[in-house]
Parts: sequence; structure tokens; C-alpha cells
Amino acid sequence: MSEPVSALPGFRNEGMISVVEAGPCGMITMRGDLTLPALAKAMTDVMKADIPAQRRITHCDHGRVAWMSPDELLLITDYGAVPGIIGDLQSAIGDAFVSLADVSDARAVFRLSGPQVCDVLAKICPVDFAAFEVGEIRRTRAAQVAAALLRDAEHAFTLVCFRSVAQYMGDLLATVSAPGGEVGLYRG
Amino acid sequence: MLLLSCPCCGVSAEETEFVNGGEAHLKRFGPGSDDADYESYMFNRKNPMGVHFERWRHVHGCGKWFIAARCTVTLEVFATYPAQTTEPPAEVVARIKARRPDWEGYK
Ligand SMILES: [Zn+2]
Repeated sequence: MSEPVSALPGFRNEGMISVVEAGPCGMITMRGDLTLPALAKAMTDVMKADIPAQRRITHCDHGRVAWMSPDELLLITDYGAVPGIIGDLQSAIGDAFVSLADVSDARAVFRLSGPQVCDVLAKICPVDFAAFEVGEIRRTRAAQVAAALLRDAEHAFTLVCFRSVAQYMGDLLATVSAPGGEVGLYRG
Repeated sequence: MLLLSCPCCGVSAEETEFVNGGEAHLKRFGPGSDDADYESYMFNRKNPMGVHFERWRHVHGCGKWFIAARCTVTLEVFATYPAQTTEPPAEVVARIKARRPDWEGYK
């Protein structure tokens, strides 16, 4: 198999916050009725994970499972583990009406960290970060493009966007975190 | 600015995270219907000054459609509710009546 190449290999920007492109990252989109017993069982058997509650993220041995919409989950794992997990999930699900897709190469992932991370994100996302809890996922927009934010810790987020807008996102994050643009709204 | 709460994912956000889908609760008149009904279904839309029912999609969020009852003058949102309804639910109508006693009601 050829070497996976992420959207902006090695991209890093240090300003008011640290912005780092995460490199190749495994992602599986799972769509279906989240109340299906077959789906819950497959998640328990293969991912060793519970189905997350609305806008929540659950952790498991393989990585993380995020609630994307009332009929969609996002499984985040190692890039190389994706084909195996999809195969295992497919056989565990059997004939139930659930679709699985490898979307690893369709996405770009950035890790954002620093005490001013909420201030920086609030410049480009219409989100109330005071009400955004650790362990929550929030799909929104970052300036002109769609993005998903996962709050990993008080001062750390994972941002997921489409690969086709990775350069835009990197440039955008570098611009809004340039020193001199401090806001001081969300003081820790 | 319009602040909407998505009933599908529970997020409250301002309108730029959503996209408007026009008047809600339209009844389709397709092949075999008479011309006047078809014309009305295709082209004629309400444009009230006051209480209005609209389809919205949480385009930058969960991606789902829902319906919002709002005031086009004050931008007050009375309620948002599932798209799988053919007319405003009774509790939504009651809430609007409480806020707008002069409202003539739905339809
Ligand atoms: Zn939503």
C-alpha cells in the first residue's frame, strides 16, 4: 500500500495558540438508526464503545466515537486500522440497515491548543464557548467553511474539516491567531 | 439577528449556521391537480408581517431540516419543531397565541 499523505503535511503555526495539522487520521462515517440493537451490539463488540449521547464523544480502545447527527456517528481511529474495523463492523451488523464509509482521506484534522483557544475560535465560529463542555462535539462553520470541533480539554480542541479546504483552514487559523489579535473574552 | 435552536441536535446558534428553506407546511399539488392549485403550490407564497412558519436546515451542523415559527417583524422565535409535521403542533399554536393575542391563527 502506498504511503498515506495528509492534507497539509507538517503544517504548524505558533501564534496566540498552537495550530498543528494532525497527519493521517482514520475516520469512519456510520449512518443508520442509532437505536438499532444490532448497531449498539456491533459498537460494543468491535469498538468496545457505547453509542455516545447527543453531541457527545465516547472513548474506546480504538479511538473515539462522536455523535454527528440523530442518524450518524463518526469513528476516529488510526489510519491503518480503518479497513479492519469496517470489515469487523460490517460482519457484526449483518443485514441491519447501516452504512459504513471510510472518509479518512476526505478530511483534514488540526489540533489547536493554548489558553486563548476559545477566543481564537470565537472569531470564526458562531458558537458560545462558555457552554461548550469538554467531551462535547459541535458541528459548525469556521468563517466560510463547515467544521467540526471536539473539545479535548479546557484549552485543547480537535478541528475536522474537508480536505479540499485544508489550506484555507490552515491560513485562516494562522491569521486569527496572529499575535496582537488578543480578545480576552474567555478568561480561564 | 435570528437565534434558532435545532430540535434535531439541540444546538442553539445564530442564523448563519442554518439555511432558510422557504414557507413550511406546503401541500403538494402534482400531476392531475387543477391549474389553480398547481400554480398556487408552485408559485404563491405567504409573506406575512408577523407570525410565519418556515423550513430551516441546520446546514453547518447536524444537516437536518426542521420548522421554525417566528415573527418576521421582531425576529422573535416562538418555537422550532420537527419537519415531520403537516401543520403547527397545538402547543406551538398556544405559545404563539400567548405571545401574540391578535394573531388570526394558522390558516
Ligand atoms: Zn441540528
